[in-house]
This record gives sequence, C-alpha cells and structure tokens, in this order.
Amino acid sequence: MLIHDLTAILSAFLASLVEVVEAFTIVLAVGVTSGWRPALLGTGAGLAALVLLVAVLGPLLNAVPLEAMQGVIGLLLLLFGMRWLRKAVLRAAGRIPLHDEEAAFDQERKLLRGRPEFAAGTVAFQGVLLEGVEVVFIVIAVGTGRGLLGAASLGAAAAAVLVLATGFLLHRPLSLVPENTLKFLVGVMLSAFGTFWLGESVGAAWPGADFSLLPMALGFLFAAIIGVRIAEARI
Amino acid sequence: MSTLRAVWDELLGLFVDDGSLAAAILVLVGLVAVLRDIGAIGGPVAGGLLFGGLVLILLENVRRGARR
Repeated sequence: MLIHDLTAILSAFLASLVEVVEAFTIVLAVGVTSGWRPALLGTGAGLAALVLLVAVLGPLLNAVPLEAMQGVIGLLLLLFGMRWLRKAVLRAAGRIPLHDEEAAFDQERKLLRGRPEFAAGTVAFQGVLLEGVEVVFIVIAVGTGRGLLGAASLGAAAAAVLVLATGFLLHRPLSLVPENTLKFLVGVMLSAFGTFWLGESVGAAWPGADFSLLPMALGFLFAAIIGVRIAEARI
Repeated sequence: MSTLRAVWDELLGLFVDDGSLAAAILVLVGLVAVLRDIGAIGGPVAGGLLFGGLVLILLENVRRGARR
C-alpha cells in the first residue's frame, strides 16, 4: 500500500472521528431532551441531504481536469490543515480553551428545553448536516487527487461506526476522545498533504517523490511543537 | 434559508478563521508560483521555499495569536 493510501485513510479516519463525535453529542442531546423521534428524523434528514450533496458534487468533480483539481484541493487542504494546526497549537499551549464535549452537551440540552418537537428535529438535522459537510469535504479533499476516494471513504466510515457503536454502548457524550490531540495530528497530516499537492501543481519538485510526505509531516510536527513552546512563553 | 447560510458559513469557516493566516498562505503560494513560472527558481528550491515559508507563517501566526 502506498504512503498516499495510508495517509488518506488515516487522515479521513482521524478528522472524521472529531466531526462525528461532535454530531453525536448534538443528536444525543436532542434524543435525551426532546425524545428519540425528532433526533432520529433529524439525523435521517441530515444524512439524506449529505447523500444529495455528494450525488451533486461527484459528477462535477469528475468534470474538472486532474491537474487543476490537485492545485485547488491542495490549497484547500493546506488552508484547512494549517487552520486546525494553529488552533491545536494554541489550545495545547493553553491560550484558547479546549473543546469540552460534556459542556457542549449541557449547553445543547439547555437550549433544547421547552422547544417543540419540530425545532428539536431541526437542531439534529443541522448538527448532522454541518458536521457531515466537513466529513464530506475531508473525504473529497484527501481522496480525489489520486483516486483515493474509496480509501478515504473507508477511513471516514470506520470513524462513524466506531463513534456510533461506542456512543450506543455508553449512551453519553464521548468526552474522553482526545479531540485536540487528534486535531493536532490531522492538522500536521493535512498540512503535509496540501503542501505536497499544491507544490506539485505550481512546479515544485519533491526529493523522493511520494516519500517526501513523511519528512514533511515530521517537519510540520516539529514546527508545531516549537509553536506550542512559543505560545506558552508568549515570546 | 438559515440552514443554507449555516452550511455556507461552516464551509467558509473550514478554511478561514484567522484571515491573516489564510492571506499569508495565499501570498506565499502566489509568490512561489510566479517565481517558478518565470524560471527564477528551480523545482527543488520552489519546494523548499514553499515548505519553509509555510512553517514560518505558522510560527509567526501562533506567536501573534498567543499574544492577543
């Protein structure tokens, strides 16, 4: 298996894990507070909207030439990855608060109290749709350029199954998932992925071709660790 | 309509939350592309410039973010 396949599967898995956990928290809050009927109806409608989105986007993506696609996807991956990495570094340094799934759950429940069933279903719908859009983007971004959509989808599906199975068993928000560590790692991987593809599209040459992804990812990781020290010291 | 708006905001938010980070990345990518296009730098130098520039942008942005 090529390094690209592994990176695509792992990136899609880890990034989707974060997003599915967030969607799960919202749906669980709706289910526990307003009943499972609006929670499941909203979730179903959200998933249907996502399927529609993929059905519309898929053929459009196939129409774009591969070279142009790599450049655009590389840039988007880079913007996305660097944004996650920056935030993860600032969170690791204690400069911005960590995302707390229990607090998000309580907040969601507070907002839902007294709301009619339809409004609660809408909350579940929006939660699934918005977090799902991120998963769709991640899968398309890491999978499209090199024909790895299947591998990336597999990673995202594995994350969804893992979160739903664990959530079904525990029946509470998955606050033990180390979200910031995951974002840190995904930020590193997506930044390396994005730099590689974008570089190829602007004529950069990478020594070792595909294998340059690994030292590049290590370079971003090293830089991020230095970034944490800088942020802690407020230099 | 509000759902569409929320989806759009979410999509935009995927790539940009600190505008200066996104802007610096775009400027660097544009610079490397132009230098490569006019033949001022070779492929390996373009790669090094892109990677090194991105690392510096990240560190500078984190430094400023921590001081806010």
